Amino acid sequence: MSDLDVREQLLQGTAPGEGLAIELVGDGDLVTADMSLSIGPAHPATHGVFRVVFEMDGERILRAKPVIGYMHRGFEKLAEYRDYRQIMALVNRHDWLSGFSNELGVALAVEQMLEMEVPERAQWIRMLMAEWNRILNHLMFIGSFALELGAITPMFYAFREREDIQHLMESATGGRLHFTYNQVGGVKIDLPRGFLAESARVSKLTRSRMPDYDDLVLGNEIFRGRTVDIGPLPTDVALSLGVTGPALHATGLAEDSRVTEPYLKYGDIDVEVPVGRNGDAYDRFAVLLGRIRVSLDIIDQIHDHMTSGPVNQKLPKMVKAPEGATYVRTENPLGQLGYWLESDGGRTPWRLKMRTPSFSNVQAIPYLVQGQLLPDAISILGSVFFVVGDIDR
Amino acid sequence: MSRTIPGTGLLKGLAVTIKHLGQRPVTQMYPHERPDLAPRTRGVIALMDENCTVCMLCSRECPDWCIYIDSHKESVPSATEGGRSRTRNVLDRFAIDFSLCMYCGICVEVCPFDALWWSPEFEYAEYSIDGLLHEMGRLREWADTVPAPPMLDVGADAPAEVVDAIAKSDKALLAASAPAVGAGAAGAAAGAAGAGALGPRLGLGPRRRSPRSTSRAARSTRRPTTR
Amino acid sequence: MTTVIAPVATLLPVFAPAESLLDTGGTVVSLLLKIAFITVMFLVVPLVGGYLEHKGMARLQNRRGPVEAGPAGSLQLVADGIKFIQKEDIIPGAADRKVFAMAPAIGLVATLLSFAVIPLAPGLFALDLELGLFYVLAISSVGVLGIMMAGWASANKFSLIGGLRAAAQLIAYELPLILVAVAVALQAGTLSLVGIVEAQQSSELFGTGISMWYVFPQALGFGIFFLAALAELSRPPFDMPIGDSELVFGYITEYSGIKFAMFLLTEYAGMILMSGLTVVLFLGGWQPLPGLDLPDGALGVLLGAGVTLGKIMLLVFVMIWVRVAYPRLREDQLQRISWTVLVPLSLVNLAVVAVGKVVAG
Repeated sequence: MSDLDVREQLLQGTAPGEGLAIELVGDGDLVTADMSLSIGPAHPATHGVFRVVFEMDGERILRAKPVIGYMHRGFEKLAEYRDYRQIMALVNRHDWLSGFSNELGVALAVEQMLEMEVPERAQWIRMLMAEWNRILNHLMFIGSFALELGAITPMFYAFREREDIQHLMESATGGRLHFTYNQVGGVKIDLPRGFLAESARVSKLTRSRMPDYDDLVLGNEIFRGRTVDIGPLPTDVALSLGVTGPALHATGLAEDSRVTEPYLKYGDIDVEVPVGRNGDAYDRFAVLLGRIRVSLDIIDQIHDHMTSGPVNQKLPKMVKAPEGATYVRTENPLGQLGYWLESDGGRTPWRLKMRTPSFSNVQAIPYLVQGQLLPDAISILGSVFFVVGDIDR
Repeated sequence: MSRTIPGTGLLKGLAVTIKHLGQRPVTQMYPHERPDLAPRTRGVIALMDENCTVCMLCSRECPDWCIYIDSHKESVPSATEGGRSRTRNVLDRFAIDFSLCMYCGICVEVCPFDALWWSPEFEYAEYSIDGLLHEMGRLREWADTVPAPPMLDVGADAPAEVVDAIAKSDKALLAASAPAVGAGAAGAAAGAAGAGALGPRLGLGPRRRSPRSTSRAARSTRRPTTR
Repeated sequence: MTTVIAPVATLLPVFAPAESLLDTGGTVVSLLLKIAFITVMFLVVPLVGGYLEHKGMARLQNRRGPVEAGPAGSLQLVADGIKFIQKEDIIPGAADRKVFAMAPAIGLVATLLSFAVIPLAPGLFALDLELGLFYVLAISSVGVLGIMMAGWASANKFSLIGGLRAAAQLIAYELPLILVAVAVALQAGTLSLVGIVEAQQSSELFGTGISMWYVFPQALGFGIFFLAALAELSRPPFDMPIGDSELVFGYITEYSGIKFAMFLLTEYAGMILMSGLTVVLFLGGWQPLPGLDLPDGALGVLLGAGVTLGKIMLLVFVMIWVRVAYPRLREDQLQRISWTVLVPLSLVNLAVVAVGKVVAG
C-alpha cells in the first residue's frame, strides 16, 4: 500500500489510527514531509491538559491522535477507599463543571442498592440543582466555544450569568463548583428561605439574556461560516463511538435519559430535547443553547411542583451498600454518565466504574478532524464538548 | 431557519455589544468592596474548642486526613463525697491543614457537639504553604466570624432538634401548670431560653450576616452549659 | 505598484510642500521638534488608543477594565511597559538569534517612519512629501517583513504558520488598500497627505456647492479601506496570524519581555497610523465638519489637532467594537473576500472616480 493510498484511506476515515511516524507525501519534485503539530497539553484551544497530535500537510490535517491521561487522578481506585459520604466529595471533581450531577449519580446508585425511598421534596430539590448545574456547564461551553472561534465577548456574558447562578447555588449548598450537597437518601440540608423566589428571579433574568447569545453568536455570519457543515457527525457513527449528550442530539437523535429512562421526577414534567440536523459544529452549538432554554423551562416547572416535607432521612452511622451491583445512568450536562457500583457489603464500594461522557465524546475527534483545516479542527475541538478531568478521571 | 438579509447577523452583533456599553459593569471591586457571600459559604473551618470532646470523629472521617488532634486525659474528682472520680479528655492541639483540605464539610457535618463551623471568610492565603496549617488559636479566631445560619425554606420540615425542643418545653409547661402558676412561668421561661439557645444553629436566627459583635454574643448563648 | 502611481504623478502640477510649523528656529531645533512630534505620535497617542481599547472593550463586555494603575486605570499600559522591561528576555535555543532579535525592530521602525507624513493640523506635521501617500503605503508594508522574520526565526511551528498567514494576508489586502488610495489621490489630484486634506476642504459635491469629504462620494472606498486596514493590522476579525486559540499567539508566541512589548506597541501604533490615514483620506483631516473651516493662528492648530485625534480615536473605537462583536474568519475565507469581493469592488470604485473626475472637470 503506497503512502497516497494510506492518505486516501485516512481522509475517508477508514484506516485505523496508526503510529505517528512522519511519512512522505506527494510525488516527483513535490515530495514533502508531513508536519506533526502537537495541540496541547498546554494549548489554549484544549482548555485543560488534553492533547491532540495532528499530522498535517500544510494547514490540512491528515490524521489526528488524541493523547489523554495527563490528568489521570485514579478516581475509580480512590473511590474504593472512601465511604459513600466521602465519595460525594470525590466525584464532584472529575467533571468539575457538573459537580452536582456527578454526586447525583452516585447517590442514586447507592439508594438503588439500598432500595431506599427518597423523600419527594428531596427529589425536586435535586432536579432543581441538577438543572441549574446543567445551565452553568452549558454557559461555560458557549463562552469557550465562541472564544475558540475568536469571539471574546460571549465568554464574559456567559460568566456574568454564571456568577448569578453560582451565587444562587452557593446560598443553598455552600459551594460554587464542588457542591457536595447530595447525600444518600436526599440532600444535606433544606433550601434557605427565599431560595425559590431567588431561583425564579435568576431564571427569568437568564432567560431574558438568552437572545444576546442568539444575536451575538448563533446568527452571526462569520460564526455560521466557521461552523456550518464543519465536522458533521452521522448518527450511526456517533452511536458506534459512544457519543452522547449535546453532540449526539445534534445528529438528530433525541436520546436523553431524562426522557427515555426518567429518573427522579423527570417523568412528571415535560422535558423537551432539542435536536440538530446533521451534527455539525453549528448544530452542536445550537443544541447547547436550546438545552439552556429547556433547562430554564424545567426549572420553572419544578418551582410549580415543589412540595413540602423532609429532604433527607435518618441514616445509620455508616452507610453500607448491600452485596451486589448496580448500574445507574443519568443525563449529565455533557452526556450520559454511568456509574457501575459493585459492593461486597462493606463501607466502601468494591468497585466504582465510571462511564464519563467526555471520555466517549473525544473518541469522535479523530474521525471528525480528518481532512479538515487547522482552524476548522479547532472549531471541532471546541464543539465536541469535554472536560479534561472527565476524560482522564 | 429562514434566510435573512446578509449582514443582519453582523449588525445584530454590533447592536448587542453597544447595548452593554451603557449598562453598569457587573465587576465586583473586590479588595475595595467586600463580596456578598451566603452564610452557608464554605470559606474556612472555625473551631469552638470549648465544645470539643476529642471524640476524633472529624479526624477519622476527613477524606484527606488533614485534621490533627492531640489530647490527654485528666481525672476530675467527684463532686459528691465518696463518688468515683471521672476522666475527661482535654484538647491539647487541634489543627487543620488547609493546604490539604478539600472543603467537603464532612468534619463540620459529623461533629456531634457543634465544635466545628463553617465561616465564609476566605482571606487566608499565604506566601508559604506552612502558613496554611491553622492551629487551635487561629481556628478559634475564625469562630468569631461564623454567621448565623439562614432560616429554612417555608416548605421545609422543622429540624428534629427544634421538634424535640418544642416537645420538651410543652412538657415542662404542662408539668409546671399543674402545681403552681409561678413555677409554670419559670418553666416557660426556661423552655424559651432553650429554644433561643438552639435558634441560631437550627435556622431560626436572623437571615442577614451578623456583624462580629452580635456574632460573638450569639455564640456565647450557643455555648452549651457543660460545667 | 510604480506602474500605477507613475502616470498619476505625471498629471500633478509642480509640487510646493506646505510649510510645517515645526520648521522654526535653527536646523537643530526644528529637528528636535520633529523628533518630539513623531515620538508623541508613536509613543503617547497609541497609549491613549490602548487605554481606549482596554476600557472600551471592558465596558462593551459589562466589565470595568483596568482600575488600579493611575486614575481610572489610565496608566495600566505604562505599568505594563515597565513590567515588560523588567522581564527576562528569552530566546529559544533553536532560534535564529540575529533574525529573532531584529524582527520586532523592523515592524516598529516601519510604523515609526510612517508617522512622519501624517498631518494633525494645518502646519502640524513633520514632513509634507510630494509622494506622501505612496510613502506611507510603501513603508508600512515593510512591517510584514518583521512579522515573517519573527515567524521563521522563532523555530516554532505555530510561529511559522502565523508568519506565513500574515504574509498571505498582507499580499491579499495590500491590493484593495492601494487601489482605493489611488482613487482618493485621483480625486484630490495630489499624493501629498496635506494636499489631500486641503483638497477635501475645497471639494464640492459635483458642482452643487455643498462641501463634502471624500467619504461621501467614495463611501464604498471608505468601507474597503477600513476593512483592508483591519486585515493589514491583523486586527480581529482578521487576526488569524496571531489567532490565539489556534496558533497560541502566532508569530509572537516565543517573544517575551521588551521584544514582546515592541510588537504590542507596533500593533497599537499601527492602529493609530491606519486610522490617521483613513481620517486624512476620507474624513477631511483636521476639518471639524464639512465646509466648516478652522480659525487661523495657534487656536486653529490646537483645535485642528484635537479634531484629527478625536476622529482617529473614533475609528479606533470602531475597531475595538468590531473586535468585541465578531469571531475570527478562516484564512481561506479571508482570501476569498479579498480576491473575489474587495479587489473587484475597489476597481469599480477607481473606475467610477476616474469617470467622475473626467466628467466633473
